[in-house]
Amino acid sequence: MTATGPGTTSGHRGLLFEEPLIFESGTEGRSGVDLPDPPAVADRLGGLRRRTALGWPGLSEPQVIRHFTRLSQKNYAIDAGLYPLGSCTMKHNPRLNEKLARLPGFADIHPLQPVSTVQGALALIDTLARWLKALTNMPAVAMSPAAGAHGELCGLMAIRAAQDARAAPRRKVLVPDSAHGTNPATAAMCGYTVEAVPLNARGRVDLAALRRALDGDTAAFMLTNPNTCGLFEDEILEQAAAIHDAGAFFYCDGANFNALVGRVRPGDLGIDCMHINLHKTFSTPHGGGGPGSGPVTLSAALAPFAPVPYVVHDANGFRLVETAGDAAAGLAPLGRLKGFHGQMGMFVRALAFMMSHGADGLLQASSDAVLNANYVLARLADRMSLPYDGPCMHEVLFDDAFLKDTGVTTLDFAKAMIDEGFHPMTMYFPLVVHGAFLIEPTESESKEGLDVFVATMRSLAERARSGDAAPFLAAPQFAPRRRLDETRAARQPVLRWRRSNHPGEAA
Amino acid sequence: MSALRFTKDHEWIRLDGSVATVGISDYAQEQLGDVVFVELPEIGRKVTAGGEAAVVESVKAASEVYAPVDGEVVAVNDKLGDDPALVNRAPTGEGWFMKLALADPKQLDGLMDEAAYLNYIAGLA
Amino acid sequence: MRYLPHTPADRRAMLAAIGVPSVDSLYRDVPASVPQKPRFDLPDHQSELAVERALTALAEKNVAAGAVPSFLGAGAYRHHVPAAVDHLIQRGEFLTSYTPYQPEVSQGTLQYLYEFQTLVADLFGMEIANASMYDGATATAEAALMARRVTRRNRIVLSGGLHPQYRDVTTTSFKHLEASVVALPPDPSGGERAVDAIDGETACVVVQYPDMFGRIADLTALASACHAKGALLVVAVSEVVALGLIEPPGAMGADIVAAEGRSLGNALNFGGPYLGLFATRERFVRQMPGRVVGETVDVDGRRGWVLTLSTREQHIRREKATSNICTNSGLCALAFTIHAALLGADGLARLAALNHAHAVRLAERLARIAGVRVVTEAFFNEFTVVLPKPAVPVVEALAARGVLGGVPLARLYPEVPSFADRLLVAATETNTEADMDRFAALLAEVLQ
Repeated sequence: MTATGPGTTSGHRGLLFEEPLIFESGTEGRSGVDLPDPPAVADRLGGLRRRTALGWPGLSEPQVIRHFTRLSQKNYAIDAGLYPLGSCTMKHNPRLNEKLARLPGFADIHPLQPVSTVQGALALIDTLARWLKALTNMPAVAMSPAAGAHGELCGLMAIRAAQDARAAPRRKVLVPDSAHGTNPATAAMCGYTVEAVPLNARGRVDLAALRRALDGDTAAFMLTNPNTCGLFEDEILEQAAAIHDAGAFFYCDGANFNALVGRVRPGDLGIDCMHINLHKTFSTPHGGGGPGSGPVTLSAALAPFAPVPYVVHDANGFRLVETAGDAAAGLAPLGRLKGFHGQMGMFVRALAFMMSHGADGLLQASSDAVLNANYVLARLADRMSLPYDGPCMHEVLFDDAFLKDTGVTTLDFAKAMIDEGFHPMTMYFPLVVHGAFLIEPTESESKEGLDVFVATMRSLAERARSGDAAPFLAAPQFAPRRRLDETRAARQPVLRWRRSNHPGEAA
Repeated sequence: MSALRFTKDHEWIRLDGSVATVGISDYAQEQLGDVVFVELPEIGRKVTAGGEAAVVESVKAASEVYAPVDGEVVAVNDKLGDDPALVNRAPTGEGWFMKLALADPKQLDGLMDEAAYLNYIAGLA
Repeated sequence: MRYLPHTPADRRAMLAAIGVPSVDSLYRDVPASVPQKPRFDLPDHQSELAVERALTALAEKNVAAGAVPSFLGAGAYRHHVPAAVDHLIQRGEFLTSYTPYQPEVSQGTLQYLYEFQTLVADLFGMEIANASMYDGATATAEAALMARRVTRRNRIVLSGGLHPQYRDVTTTSFKHLEASVVALPPDPSGGERAVDAIDGETACVVVQYPDMFGRIADLTALASACHAKGALLVVAVSEVVALGLIEPPGAMGADIVAAEGRSLGNALNFGGPYLGLFATRERFVRQMPGRVVGETVDVDGRRGWVLTLSTREQHIRREKATSNICTNSGLCALAFTIHAALLGADGLARLAALNHAHAVRLAERLARIAGVRVVTEAFFNEFTVVLPKPAVPVVEALAARGVLGGVPLARLYPEVPSFADRLLVAATETNTEADMDRFAALLAEVLQ
């Protein structure tokens, strides 16, 4: 490995450790787990005993603890500071939720235990479903999707099933220019062609263009509301009417539900179907990229097509409908999207979050999230550039016009934020504005914390405008690594460790 | 270089007899940034004008490369597999993508010459 | 509200800075006819203690598998997870970070994902692996979709030994694509001739190893038959611990391995979150779905890691992406990586040997019960038994007596009446000799 840092023999710099891969520090014949000798039996492996060597390294427990502790110290995290990734809702992850998800009665139950032994788990799923239906004012929710994109797949498949059942299949899905990339990817997986609808000058869907694009072949319109420009779609009722007049369904990407929860119910906006990212709005931890959970609320017209499994309640208590054949008359499940029953561990955390907040606290949380974003907008509007006027919802979008002719790009600016101790915002998304800065502070940030952030952003903007581009181009300088060569990574992909990658360097 | 013809999608094509060479323009490679991978068609594939013929990827973008005219793929530039950066270094030279046996060489007449193309991209900025 | 930092004075000051009288006025773009701040039929906020009490009461209505002798498998196997694993994954720097989009401040996540990719590829005898998927079922569906892209063929053959939920997820995923999915009938006897189902239009055969009924069989001939016809062999694995003891699919010619990796590092969790593993050959890398981490250097020449090949993904390729997957199972992959690092090659081999020995001993015990037949010849830690009675009420009766005695195949195959008397039984390192004695004794009692 490249171990020699400036000025030290070990390569470490104080608390900044250089940490080799486990394959480089592990040794054959060592293990961090003590296991008894297996009882002697005549094996029943049918001659398939492993002959191929396994290269997993051997480490003791203290080595493993130290390795992963050191790795953790190379990560930015909500627990460490402001993480204003727009449309990602990086809010505080309460530790109560972690504790409860680990109760043996939730964490240590097998998905195929007799249902008589898991009544509490099924009751929890049913209770969470009740909260989600109430908060969205929608009659049904499919709980099994594993993440937002998976929820989109569920929603679009329900729409397709509903239209196919009417013997009136449709082939086209409309998405705004500002849509998240998962929307068109999902539509394609459902066999739909995708047509983009432009935005108007106010950063909302161009209603006239939407009306023109809607026709008898349109299955659905997929909208994120508030949209990815951070704005409430103020013509949403007109959109819904136009969509429904065309016989199409209104799909809402619920990634930005944190602006509305407890205040505005998507069902009151004409939405037929919306996925909810429990790992955004309801604080289940992001874990460096998952696991997530993406339940999908459904209108009465779509509810019969919800996938298996789902929980039902009868005289004997709760039970699961696990196969299409077990569905009640009149229901036509679209199939199965996930093994077992969905992300139970995330359900526990999300319900704990909801119960902790209650209806009043959820309203306060969304109100504070919107307040925080508008505070950032108000405090930065004169130093950065706003493509669209506010008020914004829970996130605020700037473009890079304020950096024109400075030699500093949005990327450079983001890297300079790292040196200032902040995680950058979402950048270059949405694609509809140039060099986007999408900032979502969430309700978890205090005013004092936001004041430091705002002061830093103002100072960076002023420095860039003053012609002092060098620190931006060199940033980050105070992170565990400086800018990494992504071109090299993509041209000659090295996706795993091999002894031959680093001849002579392995332990 | 005056023999080059260009499409609005930034492909170039150069005819030698009945076989034409196709690549992407200098402007296109500049817009893409560092090219990291090129997916080329198989030899013998029939392509139609405006249809997808290849994919070019940079770190941050991936774009379809469309056939400028109808034809059959008779050769592809295998060097791009090991050195995709050829597209950046020599887009209209060693960084070519494929050779097509043309169905109708007259189709080239409908494409822009270099002056018209430079004029066209000037209007895009 | 304990999670919200603002005081009323903070809110007033911020509203003044914004120049609006109230938060309500920030919602002025919501159409006037839409109700705002409706009254919900939901409780108000509660203390930590109150929430803990309420949810603990729900948890206690469930029988934890660890509280009783438990022999359930069918794609979810109960293993002991070392305490260090859960300690480390709860470090806030892992738990509360996002997908590593800013590599300079995400090297911790990126390095463990690179280690994870290496461990997974090595375990399966494959060349490369991605940074995880949702679970074994969705990974299997993604593998079939990838085989379709690689071969440009539209016929998918699913072995009858494939977990029926993996089968159903795959079938659902293909529902709206121009492709056909041929699911062979489930056959616990091992008589399936998947080879005969391969034709010149077949993109892949998907086979499970060990299969749904616990059976292990050499896949080399099937791989050759696939390759002879230009098809790929996709191997689904629902119990990764098996690979500590049996030949990896890569050594038998698999082109793609899709697996459930939860057995290492992660709890049963009533079925989720789980951990999809995905490994393949290097030459298919650009058709592989999901996130992937690659090695590179920074501007000072120091080794580091980045998310790479992202042009395959939805945020760039949009409708042409290899998959719509975005969030995956990062933290579950971390738990897997830590558990694997603790085990090492020797530890995994030992763990697997324990599992197999326990299963063999349990099979011997159950076979001695009158009317009970063990019908799986070669197996790892799970096997199928035929009971003299329908299995569902037997399992209910065992549960009433405090033993979770396996999964009745009827629960997973309600459409196959001949499976009514079949019970799928698993044993792991967590089962003691006393557990097995108790299970055998109670089963004999219930069957009388």
